[in-house]
Amino acid sequence: MIAELGLAALWLSTALAALQMISGAMGIRDGAASPFAIYARPAAVVQAFLAVLSFFLLLYAFAVTDLSIKLVATNSHSAKPLIYKLTGTWGNHEGSMLLWVAVLALSGGLLAGLEHRLKEKTMSATLAVQGFVAIGFYSFLLLSSNPFERLPVPAIEGGGLNPLLQDIGLAIHPPTLYIGYVGLSVAFSLAMGALITRQVTPDFAKVLRPWVLGAWVFLTFGITAGSYWAYYELGWGGWWFWDPVENASLMPWLAATALLHSVSVLAARDALRTWTIMLGVLAFSMSMLGTFLVRSGVLTSVHSFAVDPERGSFILALLGLYIGGALVIFALRAGSISEGKRFSMTSREGALVFNNVMLSAILAIVLLGTLYPLLTEAFDVRVSVGPPYFNPAGAIFAIPMFVVMAIGPLLRWKDDKPARIQFELALVASIVIAIIALVAIFGDYNVLPVLGLALAVGLGVAALLPLRGRSLRRVPVATWGMVCAHFGIAVALFGMASESAFTTERLAAVAPGDAEEVGGWTVQLESIAPVAGPNWTAIEARVLASRGGGEPTILAPQSRNFWSPPQPTSESALITRWDGQLYVVIGDQAGTDESGNPRWQLRVWWKPFVTFIWYGGLLVAFGGILSIFGRVRVDLKRRNAAARGDVRREELDALNDSGPLPEPAE
Amino acid sequence: MRPIYLIPLALFLFFAGLAGYQLTQPKLQNIPSQMIEQPLPEFTLQPAFEGLPGASRSDFVGGQPRLLNIWASWCLPCIAEAPHLERLEEAGVEIIGVSIRDRPEAVASFLNQHGNPYTRIGADDISALMLDIGASGVPETYVIDAEGNIRYQHIGDIRTDTVPLLLEILEEVR
Repeated sequence: MIAELGLAALWLSTALAALQMISGAMGIRDGAASPFAIYARPAAVVQAFLAVLSFFLLLYAFAVTDLSIKLVATNSHSAKPLIYKLTGTWGNHEGSMLLWVAVLALSGGLLAGLEHRLKEKTMSATLAVQGFVAIGFYSFLLLSSNPFERLPVPAIEGGGLNPLLQDIGLAIHPPTLYIGYVGLSVAFSLAMGALITRQVTPDFAKVLRPWVLGAWVFLTFGITAGSYWAYYELGWGGWWFWDPVENASLMPWLAATALLHSVSVLAARDALRTWTIMLGVLAFSMSMLGTFLVRSGVLTSVHSFAVDPERGSFILALLGLYIGGALVIFALRAGSISEGKRFSMTSREGALVFNNVMLSAILAIVLLGTLYPLLTEAFDVRVSVGPPYFNPAGAIFAIPMFVVMAIGPLLRWKDDKPARIQFELALVASIVIAIIALVAIFGDYNVLPVLGLALAVGLGVAALLPLRGRSLRRVPVATWGMVCAHFGIAVALFGMASESAFTTERLAAVAPGDAEEVGGWTVQLESIAPVAGPNWTAIEARVLASRGGGEPTILAPQSRNFWSPPQPTSESALITRWDGQLYVVIGDQAGTDESGNPRWQLRVWWKPFVTFIWYGGLLVAFGGILSIFGRVRVDLKRRNAAARGDVRREELDALNDSGPLPEPAE
Repeated sequence: MRPIYLIPLALFLFFAGLAGYQLTQPKLQNIPSQMIEQPLPEFTLQPAFEGLPGASRSDFVGGQPRLLNIWASWCLPCIAEAPHLERLEEAGVEIIGVSIRDRPEAVASFLNQHGNPYTRIGADDISALMLDIGASGVPETYVIDAEGNIRYQHIGDIRTDTVPLLLEILEEVR
């Protein structure tokens, strides 16, 4: 019954999306005059309710392990802990697509229910586009990936879940990324709505901004969590692998970062109109491209999802329909939107444009690197593009971007003279040069990590400079958001550079009792013992780690074997200190030592300040939240003030209309 | 309409075309050896255990086409393919084995347990021949014609439906 209800809710949502699209389209032509136009908003709201309901029904089916549903039977197992039964809901293709449409419908419903600032025609166009996008994804779900499909005979036991994905990190990062991806669909719909009705104005930018910021916060958080998940779960000691699936989450983030800055320029200065629209389309294209790459299996990745060319073709068709369609409208309409106000190169806008171009260039680099194997495979050459391409090619654009990012917030809008901020420029430049010199004297490191360290410190100081000489209590919340996010980027960059430059590694075959030295730590393998969990067995090592002869800490890295489906994974063990992390992985048995004791592969890293990468990511996301909060509060205040002004004006008008004022009594 | 606004569309169409083309292509999971249609490289391997002689390139030259089977006693799919190798042997095919990183007693006990279809088994303790002929894993089976050229590579274990295929190719290259 649950499955049938869920399916019915999905079909109803699809019908409502069609109603929303038609009603919205009528509204574009006739505005509020069309009798049909009034249905778009309620259709979006009810559809949101139904789609979310459908997702909760699937969640319930997973919670009770309803093995008559094919999806549950293939992806879950009755012996699995409840939390992983629930996360299993979106750990597979169908469930994750249902989550996708539920979030899509929810954001469409929120937009329709809460947003009343836009011109009614623009809103109609936006809802029509949103409905059009939703129909595509509903039909994808219903026609090629029905999550509620029943088995003719219920299964006796479920088929498990990819053990690599059986982790709390998975409970967080994919849904977070999805919310980000789908939030960008609202930005896309708004951009198309504004383009169709030629309303690319600062008011439109103010409506667009919280959606972009919101999506961007979720993407930032999702990427940060995903990176940490890969770091401790894969057991390879790295935090970014330039894997196609990781790139698929990075590309929308880069586009959204560019978009949110260009939206700010549009909102504040009425410039960069077509560029903002282009980025709106681009950001959602990258979300859909990410989905396509992950789901179609055209590229190989460490993230295992069931791949299916038919589904790939479906997503590609949707991609062609939406993005191709949007780009056609863009090509036709963009010329009729004037570029907006001019500004000088040395101004806040100038810096923002420069960094927009740099972000887009990095995006192009990542996109090219991700798709290059696809291109060469067409000519039967198999290649793998990795860090040797991405790191230097990205750095070419990232380094100037960080420099301008340090200076930009100090500049004034429209036009400014560098001489005005010469103290700040000199301060940041001397910090950067001093650190390069310092690191170069004391060690022999690669160029990029050293530059990264210096820029990180310079940027960290520069990020705080906009607060200089201001009364901290009167700084707007949105400015605090910017300072916090920029500072977070500096913190994360510092972590990345420090990890790359200073990590020390030790790989050794050790017998119990043997000790190894790494990065000031003494790591001793004490014992090896088998342990068992709810659905796995493991070899667990007891490792004593002590720093500088201090009190030892016990670590228990495991080499796990899941039995449904059978798959080995390694559970790393970590010690976190303020200045870094000790990362210990136990591998296979590796022969015996001279006296016949079995030896085990032990891999130990000391990673100075590696945690700053994720602290930085969290700071960036927190900055985004502050910014949304500040912007929305100011907007609401202004709107209330404007409304009060309107009331007063009406009262005045009413007074004026009622003829000459009566003479004062006295 | 300014032509510059068509650039994003053009780029997108190029990508969509490329992705569409790739989706229609069969996805190759195996990496074929670059050595197919090349002469078998020169090699001489010691016997893998006492029961059979070792193998060298000259064992493949002259007479009938032969199979070169790369296997190991520690390899599970090799157990699965053992009965199919037997059937090939019964069909009159000469199979020369190369056991990878193995020990003589393990080889002997494997053959005791799962049958011995080989006329010779060379021991490749450092995967040298594997690298030379472009094998990416164990097991793999190569069809070598009577002139000592590699004519066909089968990646993975031999299954029921592989047997007639191999027999056909052996006939073809005769």
